[in-house]
Amino acid sequence: MSQSEVLLRGREITRRWGGLVALNGVSLDLERGTVHAVIGTNGAGKSTLINILSGEIPPSSGQVELLGQDVTNWSQPKRARAGLGRSYQRNTIYPSFTVFENCRLAAQARVQKPWAWWRDAQRCEVSTAAARAAATRAGLDDLLERPAGLLSHGQKRQLEIAMCLATAPQVLLLDEPLAGMGAEETERMLKLLAELKASHAILLVEHDMDAVFRIADCITVMVNGAVIASGTPDFVRNSADVRVAYLGEH
Amino acid sequence: MVCSRPAKGEINDMKKSKFLFVALALAALALWPLMAGQYGVDLVTKIMIFAIFALSLELLVGSTGLVCFGQAAFFGIGAYATVLLTPQDGAPSLLWLLPACVLAAAFYALLVGALSLRTKGVYFIMVTLAFAQMAYYVVHDTPLGGGTDGIYLLSKPVLGTLLDLDKPLVFYGFTLACLAGVFGFLALLLRSRFGRALAGIRVNEQRMRATGFSTYPYKLAAFVISGGLAGLAGFLFAVKDGFVNPELISWHLSGEVLIMIILGGLGHLRGALIGAFAFALLQEFFKSEAIFGEFSKHWHLGLGLSIIACVALLPRGLVGVPEQLAARLRGRLTGARGTGTTEVGNESV
Repeated sequence: MSQSEVLLRGREITRRWGGLVALNGVSLDLERGTVHAVIGTNGAGKSTLINILSGEIPPSSGQVELLGQDVTNWSQPKRARAGLGRSYQRNTIYPSFTVFENCRLAAQARVQKPWAWWRDAQRCEVSTAAARAAATRAGLDDLLERPAGLLSHGQKRQLEIAMCLATAPQVLLLDEPLAGMGAEETERMLKLLAELKASHAILLVEHDMDAVFRIADCITVMVNGAVIASGTPDFVRNSADVRVAYLGEH
Repeated sequence: MVCSRPAKGEINDMKKSKFLFVALALAALALWPLMAGQYGVDLVTKIMIFAIFALSLELLVGSTGLVCFGQAAFFGIGAYATVLLTPQDGAPSLLWLLPACVLAAAFYALLVGALSLRTKGVYFIMVTLAFAQMAYYVVHDTPLGGGTDGIYLLSKPVLGTLLDLDKPLVFYGFTLACLAGVFGFLALLLRSRFGRALAGIRVNEQRMRATGFSTYPYKLAAFVISGGLAGLAGFLFAVKDGFVNPELISWHLSGEVLIMIILGGLGHLRGALIGAFAFALLQEFFKSEAIFGEFSKHWHLGLGLSIIACVALLPRGLVGVPEQLAARLRGRLTGARGTGTTEVGNESV
């Protein structure tokens, strides 16, 4: 594996909402084997960035490249099938389904075959196997038959990741996976992210600074829709601009 | 966190009891002509046709989460196609007439779905209603549909010498077979990958798209299948009555079939079946002069009040009654209130 294999690249992404510029010429590269954290205050444009990279909303200008292809005009489902997985800041699971079915349905995206209407979905071995593997990886082995709506908050966050993994993505866009988690759950999630890093390119939007500086290989700092600094954790920690704008100069 | 969830064995038991219920219901329907007179056979034939119609809407509303308020359009087009396609000379063959009527309704559903599925929520409801009203005025105000008087069916379709749908008992059996076929088809469909994807769309469409499902073609396919099945019900209705009129496309009928599936319980195919029967029997009950005398003229009032009462007291419809009773009984036994009710996702039959 080459050291710098860029799986997802955003070039000069701008998004305007009427007169408001939510993102202003943001560029970033996601490499396999790294966690790239994006930090910034509320309203800095982090979620908008994830929404544009994943195809949920189109950019006003700029480009998105996935695995070397220009995917700017691709729909979100098409990007997802090409290997782009995302999780949401607020839990967006299927609360009435079991944990297993949440994962299985996600895995089904890779083997949709909607015309096979007489075949039981539960007998689709590809999706059931992928669902089990993803649930195991996210540490939900013992909860497979529980309705997802009855999980604890931390478990729901784990399920978000499991559903992402079930689609076998190469790039993971994670929107605040640690939000609202206890110390123990945070540790488990960070361990999981460290494991996943080896084979994925991960974009991590997160408010927990301790966690970010522990796990990220690269940090991009955003203020008011623009990137003010991007580099290694040490570089960002020592950047004067960042201290003034975000970390708080005491 | 302690919560008592049904174990796997219990879920299998639930599946078995659902299957048993449907099998018993179909068996009872098969035996019904042995005990009922002409009126009874006629009434149940009509109810079974509405059950097929309700099942078609259940696929959209209960399974996919698309509240269609124009389902009567597909029913009416199936019915009008039956009458308009029947040739002047002699009885047409069921083999081509039935598929033709289903296809006509499905084709209109394709048009309506392609446009209306670009909208969401209350707009979707209004757009489907608008398309249905459009179809209504086409048959109501043009020579094609015969205006308010409607049109008579010249001769009922046959299948060689095998089936003559003019005979009430033959037609009863044929309708029952159609109902069983549609129910079985939808039960298989909903547990397939296609059906699971529809369920996912109902619960969380945004997540489905993020996972890699292009949801629009899925919804459109469901819409077309639903329209085709409603067309089948319309075909049966036209053959049964030998007569069609614009009422079959009116929004009243779209509303009635919505009430049927809500009354029965959304999210269950059995609900559509139970709802169609409950609605029709309530209607018969309040229309009965033997019971209500003079007041039976105002049957709408009784029907409306009883539906309001049902919806208020039975949030999960008639299908949920056994569970609701069991929960109340458990609550009384343990002296505690029933635990939160979470709908478990794999129910489809």
